[in-house]
Amino acid sequence: MITARGLARTYRTRRGTVEAVRGVDLDVDAGEIVGFLGPNGAGKTTTLRMLSTLIAPTAGEATVAGCDLRTDPVGVRRHIGYVAQSGSTAPEATIGEELVDHALLYGISKSTATARGRELIDQLDLRGLWERQTKTLSGGQRRRLDVAMGLINGARLIFLDEPTTGLDPQARANLWEHVRRLRGDLGATVFLTTHYLDEADALCDRILVIDDGQIVATGTPEELKRRISGDLITLTVADPATAPAAAQVATGRSSGGDSASVETDASTVRFRVDNGARALPALLRDLTAAGVDLDGVEVRRPSLDDVFLTLTGRTLRDDIPA
Amino acid sequence: MLLATRVVFVRAMRLSLRNPTWIVIGLTQPILYLALFGPLLRKMNQLPGFPPGSWWQVFVPGLLIQLGIFGALFVGFGLVAEYRAGVIEQMRVTPAPRMALLLGRVLRDVIVLVVQALVLTVAAVVFGMRAPIVGVVVAFVLVALLGAACASVSYAVALITKSEDVLAPLLNTVAVPVLLLSGILLPMSLAPGWLRTLSEINPFSHVVDGIRSLFRGDFGSADTMWGLIVGAIIVALGLIFGARTFQRESA
Ligand SMILES: Nc1ncnc2c1ncn2[C@@H]1O[C@H](COP(=O)(O)OP(=O)(O)OP(=O)(O)O)[C@@H](O)[C@H]1O
Ligand SMILES: [Mg+2]
Repeated sequence: MITARGLARTYRTRRGTVEAVRGVDLDVDAGEIVGFLGPNGAGKTTTLRMLSTLIAPTAGEATVAGCDLRTDPVGVRRHIGYVAQSGSTAPEATIGEELVDHALLYGISKSTATARGRELIDQLDLRGLWERQTKTLSGGQRRRLDVAMGLINGARLIFLDEPTTGLDPQARANLWEHVRRLRGDLGATVFLTTHYLDEADALCDRILVIDDGQIVATGTPEELKRRISGDLITLTVADPATAPAAAQVATGRSSGGDSASVETDASTVRFRVDNGARALPALLRDLTAAGVDLDGVEVRRPSLDDVFLTLTGRTLRDDIPA
Repeated sequence: MLLATRVVFVRAMRLSLRNPTWIVIGLTQPILYLALFGPLLRKMNQLPGFPPGSWWQVFVPGLLIQLGIFGALFVGFGLVAEYRAGVIEQMRVTPAPRMALLLGRVLRDVIVLVVQALVLTVAAVVFGMRAPIVGVVVAFVLVALLGAACASVSYAVALITKSEDVLAPLLNTVAVPVLLLSGILLPMSLAPGWLRTLSEINPFSHVVDGIRSLFRGDFGSADTMWGLIVGAIIVALGLIFGARTFQRESA
């Protein structure tokens, strides 16, 4: 559905040039839900805007929905739906007007557009707001309208730029469900960007991690997580004096097998094991034998947060583009 | 192309009518000029060098041009707002021809302009102006085309700069000298030599002269000819610039 080779975009600004995207290769198959994950300024939006013909790449080539990006941009536009990161509707216009007008620009008839628009509005929980001016909507409602705008033409390839930003958890889950249905019912291909690791994890078949304009990893969420060795176990001891004893037990059990792979501070001990659930009973037994009383035990499966940290040396939360 | 132009036009018109403040302001200004400045001109036509015809026939064409240039040059602000809201991107991602995105908006501006010009002319007739119908109709066509050119230039500049802060000083720097040098309020035939030479360089002054002679009914005069020719050139240049910018900035 999408093939891109060496896609790059340089912006010229007054203070020099910004290499927003530096040579991205990507392949997305029909029917895939692919997540584009990366911190602020990584180049996600720039890549999406290139693939949807909004800006011209400074280098590289791509085929999108069977049409060449450079020679047949109109063909690309005809086959894609696009949800921008930051709004798509005029404040004075009503939801209905915006949806129908947008569909008309794709050559869809007015009656089809109205029917489809109303259906989308229902599915995205905006029922009853058809006649409302968009400036009167809440942030999350407006975001869902943006999504509806991108879906109104019923495209088989859909680009979503941070579709769930500003949505409450329920609306987010609802949108995920909707995206899954698009793929399930229509066989649509979805290419979405996100900052949320849980979103990429829950929704995407495959994840591309982008950092500083380059793709630094691709794979299924599982594959990416497997790059981190094992589950993280955190022990909280009741008496800080027993922490060294706990650390010693942990060293014997940890996947690293040496004391360097165990982190200790006042009353907590952290280490990784291959399979946390299975390691736990024996671990607890050993700790009891060593006379360590526990306040708590936590087993955490590796998250994409960990993956991101491993790949880029930064977490997604405190990222500040250099 | 036509279909998409219509969609963009209907949408733009609908939004304009929903918030007609600008249309009304654009309209009241020339009427204020008509009522509060016009009377000062009443005695002017006794001055040596004042062009032939009643002072209405001199003054109203000037107001029409002012309406056309000023009204249309500032439509770019609306586009900047639309850009900021994401509307332009959302339209550019559709297969609609880029030209249609421009033409639909320009068409809205032209129709608003023509209605304003009509109200102004009717008001002038009520105040006592008399002018040949044919001349007025041809003048209207010219004003409409000029408005289309200015609007599309304004949109193009807005699309390039994407900022009100750049657009406002830029447009004012261009519009004010153009207006002053086209003899809109007082005919340039009253001007000293150097000023008149300057104004001859300004293409809009020929259009104003042309419209004045149309209002007098001098259809065959050199002024009319030049007005139409220069007007056509301005329109062509303006539309080409607008269209090319819309194509390029949307590559
Ligand atoms: N029009 C522009 N002019 C100059 N630089 C730009 C422009 N647009 C984007 N950039 C720069 O390009 C880089 C990539 O931006 P992009 O919007 O693609 O990031 P992103 O991954 O979408 O980030 P976010 O998560 O914040 O949306 C950033 O450093 C940004 O400052
Ligand atoms: Mg972005």
